[in-house]
Amino acid sequence: MAEQQAYSANIHPSRYVQNPLQRFLVATEIDTRLLGMIGALAIIWIGFNIFSGGLFLTPRNLWNLSVQTASVAVMVTGMVLVIVTRNIDLSVGSVLGVVGMVMGVMQTDILPNQLGLGLGHPMIWVLSLLAGLVVGTGIGALQGVIIAYLRVPAFIVTLGGYLVWRGAAWWVTMGRTVAPMDPTFQLMGGGPAGSVGQLWSWIVGVVACAAILIGLYLGRRQRRRFSFPQRPVWAEATLGAIGCGLTIGAVWVANSYPWPRRIAENYAEANGITIPEGGLFISHGIAVPVLIALGVGVAMTFIATRTRFGRYVFAMGGNPEAAELAGINTRWVTVKIFMLMGALCAVAAAISTARLNAATNALGTLDELYVIAAAVIGGTSLAGGVGSIAGALLGALVMQSLQSGMVLMGLDSPLQSIVVGIVLVFAVWLDTLYRRNKH
Amino acid sequence: MLDTRTPLVEMNDISISFGGIRAVDRASIDLFPGEVVGLLGHNGAGKSTLIKILSGAYKRDTGSIRINGTDATINNPRDAKGYGIETIYQQLAVADNVDAAANLFLGREIVTPLGTLDDAAMESKAREVMGRLNPNFRRFKEPVKALSGGQRQSVAIARAILFNARILIMDEPTAALGPQETAQVGDLIKQLKSDGIGIFLISHDIHDVFDLADRVVVMKNGQVVGSARTGDVTKDEVLGMIILGKVPAGATPGPGAIAG
Repeated sequence: MAEQQAYSANIHPSRYVQNPLQRFLVATEIDTRLLGMIGALAIIWIGFNIFSGGLFLTPRNLWNLSVQTASVAVMVTGMVLVIVTRNIDLSVGSVLGVVGMVMGVMQTDILPNQLGLGLGHPMIWVLSLLAGLVVGTGIGALQGVIIAYLRVPAFIVTLGGYLVWRGAAWWVTMGRTVAPMDPTFQLMGGGPAGSVGQLWSWIVGVVACAAILIGLYLGRRQRRRFSFPQRPVWAEATLGAIGCGLTIGAVWVANSYPWPRRIAENYAEANGITIPEGGLFISHGIAVPVLIALGVGVAMTFIATRTRFGRYVFAMGGNPEAAELAGINTRWVTVKIFMLMGALCAVAAAISTARLNAATNALGTLDELYVIAAAVIGGTSLAGGVGSIAGALLGALVMQSLQSGMVLMGLDSPLQSIVVGIVLVFAVWLDTLYRRNKH
Repeated sequence: MLDTRTPLVEMNDISISFGGIRAVDRASIDLFPGEVVGLLGHNGAGKSTLIKILSGAYKRDTGSIRINGTDATINNPRDAKGYGIETIYQQLAVADNVDAAANLFLGREIVTPLGTLDDAAMESKAREVMGRLNPNFRRFKEPVKALSGGQRQSVAIARAILFNARILIMDEPTAALGPQETAQVGDLIKQLKSDGIGIFLISHDIHDVFDLADRVVVMKNGQVVGSARTGDVTKDEVLGMIILGKVPAGATPGPGAIAG
């Protein structure tokens, strides 16, 4: 009590901490767990860079890493909400597969031939994506209703869904691979054409920096309005500098990766550009799937932290009975979570099929395990109630970094699985230790 | 009590069974504005079940509920809240993983004109209510999990007050608390009473409620043994009602009273 009374209502708690490192952490209000993950990621990156002889920390590899992460990153944002409410979704890989097939058939057959739009029609990609979103959301709604209203455990419903939707993916074309995709649709998969280029990457970077600074300012103004304790100005400045620095660094890396020589030469030829001495340097810039994943991440963070729906998701995870007694329609919230998960699977399916330039019935196999592992490594507790979108995105990046790093080092694929499995268990053990020490 | 006013709550002939067991058997109970009624009985006597019917957590098999003299339809907790019935549960029904303000406003969040959560406004209001209730409370940013039993209880009570409850149900309100915090809750009950709020206190321990209640109702085996004004009976007599079902002279017998 005495210690509590020492705190005055509107003085920031960082005033009372002596140790400079602790003081920095308290003042900036940075989540130490997230900081730990960033540290782990840095160790993984630097380690792989050393062991692969400097191949890892190159613009080319980092750019590829970002594109490879995009699909799982999109799905993991939904998986966080699923796991936070003490559910699980084992069907996401299969849903990705069936939705990918539906979108593939839509753009190669149904829209151009049966509805007579013709191949290459500018509306094809939108309509295909929409069809995928409808199917994905519908599958999610069906599974959600069975879980919430018929009270079948999510583990069983989605285990069934894992088999059903994988079978359904085969059924769409009787196992035939669908290719090639619509040229506009393909942009969602990345590649030289599916990247926004140097100028737009910088514009995105500047907008993101502005958003970070405005966000910090608005947060501060809001605290002042209600006379809550504010962070020290130096802490706000540090946060702004770190945020903008990381953003600009990422854009710089994406812009440092040039188009492959042959593609650049073809492009120059087609547009009548003379190739300068030493080759033509055209930046990839940020890939479209990465922008989609980042957009999804921002939107899902907003949903999870700024909306009633998000608040209910976390309250239900913390104490389902209390949430029910507080008058929350917990069943309907559960259905909405699974609908959202289905829609995100559709977005991930669009990225995966576009990147592969084909829809196959094996697409998304094992993705459910990577998505769940990424969410758990990212700090989502299977006991429910705890998790963050940012953490899960970092978790996805950690998983993909491990895989891509091991490929660069030339490790055999069975060994890769062994390492990923061990890292997953180790990461969760570390997290358990961290949480135990905190309380 | 010769009270000619309309009771705030009348529950008549309420019964409910779970798998063939009659948890509550034709129980009737009432509550007047500004009155504190202690509902007593052993664990399993049916008092919590009866009160959960009022708060909408269970649906009764038979019987009627009248609020302010008119028939009330209570099928779920939302309905009960619509009648101004707020419940503070035994197991401290708070969501452990979110902070005090989020718990206070759970299910009825303040939103900005854009429809997003207005956390600052909620925290500000939470500080105001908690300041009145428990001036030492400072830990607004932490998950409720990190709070002591008394602090969690004040969050639960603040939640009820915040929404202008007219009927407050407190299930074992002081069971998890130390002596100082118990006294705090006692003061709080007196304050709420003077505001005209009707309060049901549920406990298996007579000492928790006898001094706070105006009237006690005792239940045993799902039935009401009897009721008495606390001025008319002694603690020992009430204890006799709880343990033996024996109704003393100063009390009104109910259907569960043993003959003789």
